[in-house]
Amino acid sequence: MKKKIQGKAFVLGNNIDTDQIIPAEHLVYSLSDPEESKNYGKFALSGVPIEDSGLPQGKIPFVNEGQYQSTYKIIIGGSNFGCGSSREHAPACMEIAGVEAVVAESYARIFYRNSIDGGFFIPLEAKQKLTEEIKTGDELTIDLENYTLTNETQSKSYSLNSLGDVIDIIEAGNIFEYAKKAGLIPK
Amino acid sequence: MGMTITEKILAQHAGKTSVAPGDNVWVDVDVLMTHDVCGPGTIGIFKKQFGQNAKVWDPNKVVIIPDHYIFTADPHANRNIDIIREFAKEQKLPYYYDVGTENYKGVCHVALAQEGHNIPGEVLFGTDSHTCTSGAFGMFSTGIGNTDAAFILGTGKLWVKVPETMRFEFTGTFPPYVMAKDILLQVIGDIGCDGATYRTMEWAGDAVYKFSMEERMTLCNMAIEAGGKNAVIEADDVTFDYLKGRTDKKGIVHHSDPDAKYCFSKTYKADELEPVVAQPHSPDNRALARDCKDVKLDRSYIGSCTGGKITDFIAAAEILNGEKVKIDTFIVPATKDVEKDLHRETIDGKTLAQIFEDAGAKIGEASCAACLGGPKDTFGRTHGTEVVISTTNRNFPGRMGSKQSAVYLASPYTAAASALTGYVTDPREFIPARV
Ligand code: SF4
Repeated sequence: MKKKIQGKAFVLGNNIDTDQIIPAEHLVYSLSDPEESKNYGKFALSGVPIEDSGLPQGKIPFVNEGQYQSTYKIIIGGSNFGCGSSREHAPACMEIAGVEAVVAESYARIFYRNSIDGGFFIPLEAKQKLTEEIKTGDELTIDLENYTLTNETQSKSYSLNSLGDVIDIIEAGNIFEYAKKAGLIPK
Repeated sequence: MGMTITEKILAQHAGKTSVAPGDNVWVDVDVLMTHDVCGPGTIGIFKKQFGQNAKVWDPNKVVIIPDHYIFTADPHANRNIDIIREFAKEQKLPYYYDVGTENYKGVCHVALAQEGHNIPGEVLFGTDSHTCTSGAFGMFSTGIGNTDAAFILGTGKLWVKVPETMRFEFTGTFPPYVMAKDILLQVIGDIGCDGATYRTMEWAGDAVYKFSMEERMTLCNMAIEAGGKNAVIEADDVTFDYLKGRTDKKGIVHHSDPDAKYCFSKTYKADELEPVVAQPHSPDNRALARDCKDVKLDRSYIGSCTGGKITDFIAAAEILNGEKVKIDTFIVPATKDVEKDLHRETIDGKTLAQIFEDAGAKIGEASCAACLGGPKDTFGRTHGTEVVISTTNRNFPGRMGSKQSAVYLASPYTAAASALTGYVTDPREFIPARV
């Protein structure tokens, strides 16, 4: 596991549901085929209403027209991030687009679990409402040893909740690697 | 200390005498369900992790139900069905309900019940968030992603954090114009769409036990719209009557102990509830149906695992009988069995299908259809700025297709009454004469 994650912030509001993360009409692509699965990067967060995409300004596409990857590596979200469907295409499309961490006030359970068990990116919990502090495009650094988030652009730091007992799965990489380490399935 | 139904089921499946909320336990899985949208991804991970020739842990415990993207020309969607079909054949899975055959069922959560896969006391996981529906049978059931499902396919186990339980009790009798859907929208409006995150929603009270299995399923179906991990209703005679002829399994009836610990508990007087809707764009944006009478509609949609069961269509037909709809009205039976019942059930000597056709509604084929938008050619999908009243479960932006459309969630009674007026309509305007 990386000790530090650095990148540009992309800020979203509350209740970002899985249909906004990846609209259902795109769920037809293969996730196992590396070429075809790139389409998920292309459509990541494409269901977010345009005025809410990239706050506070809005109207900022997460992935530019014709691209498969985003220039934003860290998502800042409000409460209940990832609510809605159990589709693993949601955390997967964010990873395919290049997301390394999400920092939200709270998560919907299945999305949180999928992010960790599938090893897509690190879902962190903020201790305060960061969506009103951080602006899309700000340069951020997340320190995973001390659980801090630093906004380099605004020279401000915030503390994050520790990952708790799911850290073991995150460190192993995903649920399979974790189960192998724990001797639950053969190596 | 006492335990709740959910705690007892999880303890038993983890081989422990007791568990407490917050414990992480590995449980043995009784049923894993997947469908055409998440099946291919699950199979891909299973093969990558356990090998190309790996076998599932128990073919009798795997249920695959294609239901989401069925009647479409989309080549990728059809390729996905080929993948699950091939896998079912290779693994010799007895419970694969193939499209285009006699065996095709339709929406997974309703099909699971109809085919006897929901057994009191068992543990069921599914790659679909509305898997919580099966909790209506007094079992533990919840939605998971492809990775967790692949893990189960290979091992028959999964880790679970034991949830805290919230208890919602309804005493007395619900008025005849209030359906399970109203109760759910009422509760989600009260606790918010993350009010039950990580928690169990336990439904109880004499009013709830008077419900049919279909209505109980509706009640459990939308626990996920409050963020819930699972929902549960204690199994009783109604449950076992439903199971008769569908399964030989007996199951185990668990009761919540009188001293079980709840993190939240609320008692409602059933007779005080009224028809409600969830306004765009969130299931917790509740309003009384009668307060929305100025909302002009373009469409009424009656279908899905939430509102496409036979009891939902009987309710809709009671209102549409002998009347004409004023707006486009779509009827989508959840499963083939429900579709057959539309031609079997009668009111005033007319079948439900006849009543809907005479009223000017369009009847689609059994599947998820426009409940989740889907490919462009999906039956009932929105493409523009349509304002829709729908018996489905989600009204997030774009859920039924177009990001510009606006969806009001409602009971089948309310959706049918609104179809007749073209405005959001409290069904009492049409019901009193009949009850
Ligand atoms: S009917 Fe709708 S909610 Fe139910 S399984 Fe299908 S898409 Fe999901």
